[in-house]
Amino acid sequence: MNFRPISRHVVGIVAVIASALVFLVPFAFIAVQALKTSPEAAGLDFAWPTNIVLFQNIAQVFQANDYMLILAFWNSAVLTVVSVSIMVVVAAMIGWVLARRPSRWNPWISFLILAGLIVPPAIVPTAWVMQSLGIFNTIIGLALVEVAYGMAFCVLLFRAFVSTIPKELDEAAAIDGAGPIRLFFRIGFPLLRSVIVTAIVVQAVAVFNDFANPLYFLPGAENATVQLTLFNFQSQFQTSWNLLFTNILLITIPPLLMYVFFNRKIVEGMTAGAIKG
Amino acid sequence: MYPRWFLLPGAAIYAVLFIAPTFASFYFAFTRWSFFNVEFIGFDNFVTFFTDPQLSKAFVNTLIYGVLTSGFKVVLGLALGVLLTSNILARSYLRAVVFFPVLVSTVGVGITFQALMNPSHGAINHVLAFFGISGPGWLTDPNLALYSIIAVDIWKGVGLATLIYMAGLVSIPSEYYEAATVDGASGWKNFRYITLPLVSPATTTVIILSLIGGLRSFEIIWAMTGGGPGFSSDVLASVIYKQYAAGFYGLSTAGNVVLFVLVAAVIIPLFSWLNRKQVDL
Repeated sequence: MNFRPISRHVVGIVAVIASALVFLVPFAFIAVQALKTSPEAAGLDFAWPTNIVLFQNIAQVFQANDYMLILAFWNSAVLTVVSVSIMVVVAAMIGWVLARRPSRWNPWISFLILAGLIVPPAIVPTAWVMQSLGIFNTIIGLALVEVAYGMAFCVLLFRAFVSTIPKELDEAAAIDGAGPIRLFFRIGFPLLRSVIVTAIVVQAVAVFNDFANPLYFLPGAENATVQLTLFNFQSQFQTSWNLLFTNILLITIPPLLMYVFFNRKIVEGMTAGAIKG
Repeated sequence: MYPRWFLLPGAAIYAVLFIAPTFASFYFAFTRWSFFNVEFIGFDNFVTFFTDPQLSKAFVNTLIYGVLTSGFKVVLGLALGVLLTSNILARSYLRAVVFFPVLVSTVGVGITFQALMNPSHGAINHVLAFFGISGPGWLTDPNLALYSIIAVDIWKGVGLATLIYMAGLVSIPSEYYEAATVDGASGWKNFRYITLPLVSPATTTVIILSLIGGLRSFEIIWAMTGGGPGFSSDVLASVIYKQYAAGFYGLSTAGNVVLFVLVAAVIIPLFSWLNRKQVDL
């Protein structure tokens, strides 16, 4: 659709104002509260603070509960790095073989992958399985759960991409004597680089922002991830909205950086499959 | 060259932590269960589920939540998608702004809107008061809480729907529009007879993705009301967590099975119907 020059400007200006009201005001609200002292923030209004105390707020948020936020950032970082690395490697291996090697099992595997996108995970039985394996309430256990839940998406992404790479490269490498592992890691992996970045970025944001699974499978303050610190703050500082919003501001920074640097990759990943259903 | 054992590491994790618990849930849903002992009690958990007013309310709320969020994301996502693929002013700024909430923590968004929707000194009611309207208790009125959460869910998720629609819209060849315009078609006719049918793969994706997400939604509800006031905004996912936290493992798992059946019963027929309806480019 194309607007004529005048309406292009009119509609554009209306859209800019409307989008600012609807989408930017809530973020401005977070930022303003984070600048305020506790009594001023209790008003929950947009009034500009008389004293800007952002740095004191940040210091207080980090110190609260025995430096819990620092521990939580560490936990979240470990969780994100471990789960996304495992997820990407195992999903790429699966996508590689599924796309390259036709087999009568493939329809069944596709069915299982689709099920992974649709079926809601069974929470208590998962906790029970983890308990019997001794990985309940451990970071590695939660990381493996994140791998299981994110794998279906990644496999679909990789399988679609591998089927667009010509097979001749593999054949040439095989003739030159490369074994399957070498073939995959030396030829396949580099060719997949762009889709791997997409998978990493999308899944890293998802795991970092995940609140439900840490709540289910990683209870306890010593294991808190960043999303859970919000809840601990909320009950502890019933009236300290300034600290709560400072905390929200701090934990929004990593996804924001991802968005600034990998905007195109995120868009690619999220629209994968949109055209072909 | 492509050994089958490449499937094994991923398959092992997936089987142990996803498939096995799913199958196990169909047994444990029929039991009274703590991790240490199991007692088979037949359909009792399901009877409790559908006779207890709190739990059956959660079932209805889940359906309302899924249908409304999905419906609004389709309509608003398509409208925004058309707008943001046009030659509108400040297009890349608008795209960035609409999409950004998708990447922000759901719990953070929930808490922020909880403050904005505060009945006595939240910003939304302040603005309404400025126009002489006394705003309702968005999250404290039991008849309204669920719909307020739904509105915030749409606010957060519409950017993804828009993105998917934009990808679909730019793949429609412009020759179709040119030919139609030569034949005298108006803007509305172009939209109705070219855009709408040809963007249907994107529509299918948006409907299915947002329905799956909506029926399973938990985080935003937990952050904004915790299912309250009373049980008025409880959904299946929040009930499953509450029963888990309270130690009723069998009942919680029965909730999981109910959710599973609900999602499958909605998604599978809908998906095959939408796919049959699709037009090829």
